[in-house]
Amino acid sequence: MSINFSLKIYGIFVYQNFAPIVVFIVLLIALLGVPFILQSLLSPKQNKGGQKLDTYECGEVPEGNAWIKFNIRFYIIALIFIIFDVEVVFLFPWAVVFNELGMLAFVEMMIFIAILLVAFAYVWVKEDLNWVKMSVKYGKGRYANLKGDKEV
Amino acid sequence: MSEILFYAIAAITIGSAFWVVTSKNLVYSAVWLFVTLFGVAGLFIFLYADFIAATQVLIYVGGVLVLIIFGVMLTSKIDTAKISQSSKGKFIGAVLSLLIFGMMLTVILTTNWKVGELQSVDSTVNTIGNMILNEYLLPFEAVSILLLGALIGSAMLSRKK
Repeated sequence: MSINFSLKIYGIFVYQNFAPIVVFIVLLIALLGVPFILQSLLSPKQNKGGQKLDTYECGEVPEGNAWIKFNIRFYIIALIFIIFDVEVVFLFPWAVVFNELGMLAFVEMMIFIAILLVAFAYVWVKEDLNWVKMSVKYGKGRYANLKGDKEV
Repeated sequence: MSEILFYAIAAITIGSAFWVVTSKNLVYSAVWLFVTLFGVAGLFIFLYADFIAATQVLIYVGGVLVLIIFGVMLTSKIDTAKISQSSKGKFIGAVLSLLIFGMMLTVILTTNWKVGELQSVDSTVNTIGNMILNEYLLPFEAVSILLLGALIGSAMLSRKK
């Protein structure tokens, strides 16, 4: 049982070429992890506090929290993204067998895409794809005195 | 070697799933869910389901998780109140999950697992492609209508007006 089990798992990496992915993941963890471990070993331990612990914002003084309330528009965009993500998943097996099936596969997939284009047309017509128009409320930062602007 | 890999992936999946449930902060829970979903993709690979593993990464890690994080970030009090999830009914929850665990354990232990011969397994994508374009063409086209309906319905519900 045990030998068979490990043989089976070994087979996955041999036949389905997942070994490179494992190598990539190990490399990724190593390349990200080693610098972190190194810097925690090498850097001085005392906590200077203050600006040292600020978020790095390309040289700007960071203002406010990163965890702000997002606009609902992002949610709709994400929903649309998922639908077309699923569509793309169906394109993969189609692309693999495309050479064997030829014209038939092409027509079938075009019907599939055409039906989903209706969905795209729907969100387009209903202006879900238009970007946010909102009146900006400025927070406590340096723009606090600006008022009443409309920003596109 | 491969067995170690399997147990490592399983441990990562279960451990991160544990953190998803117990983390006090919703945003942290969402980030731990990222690790869990990736681990599930790894487990799919061990089942020779390479297409499903890729789909898992594409749709769940790439799409659904983004949606969940947006869902968390859309909560109205996120910038002021401390968001913490408070678990309620812990006792009933524990009893229920123990019952489900027992049920799964019984099924695992009583099933007569058939260990097949080792054979060369090609990628499943080819087979799936042939299936959906020949044998299961109608369900495949119906999927697009389902997606269409899902998009129209969800866009309508999440619109502001």
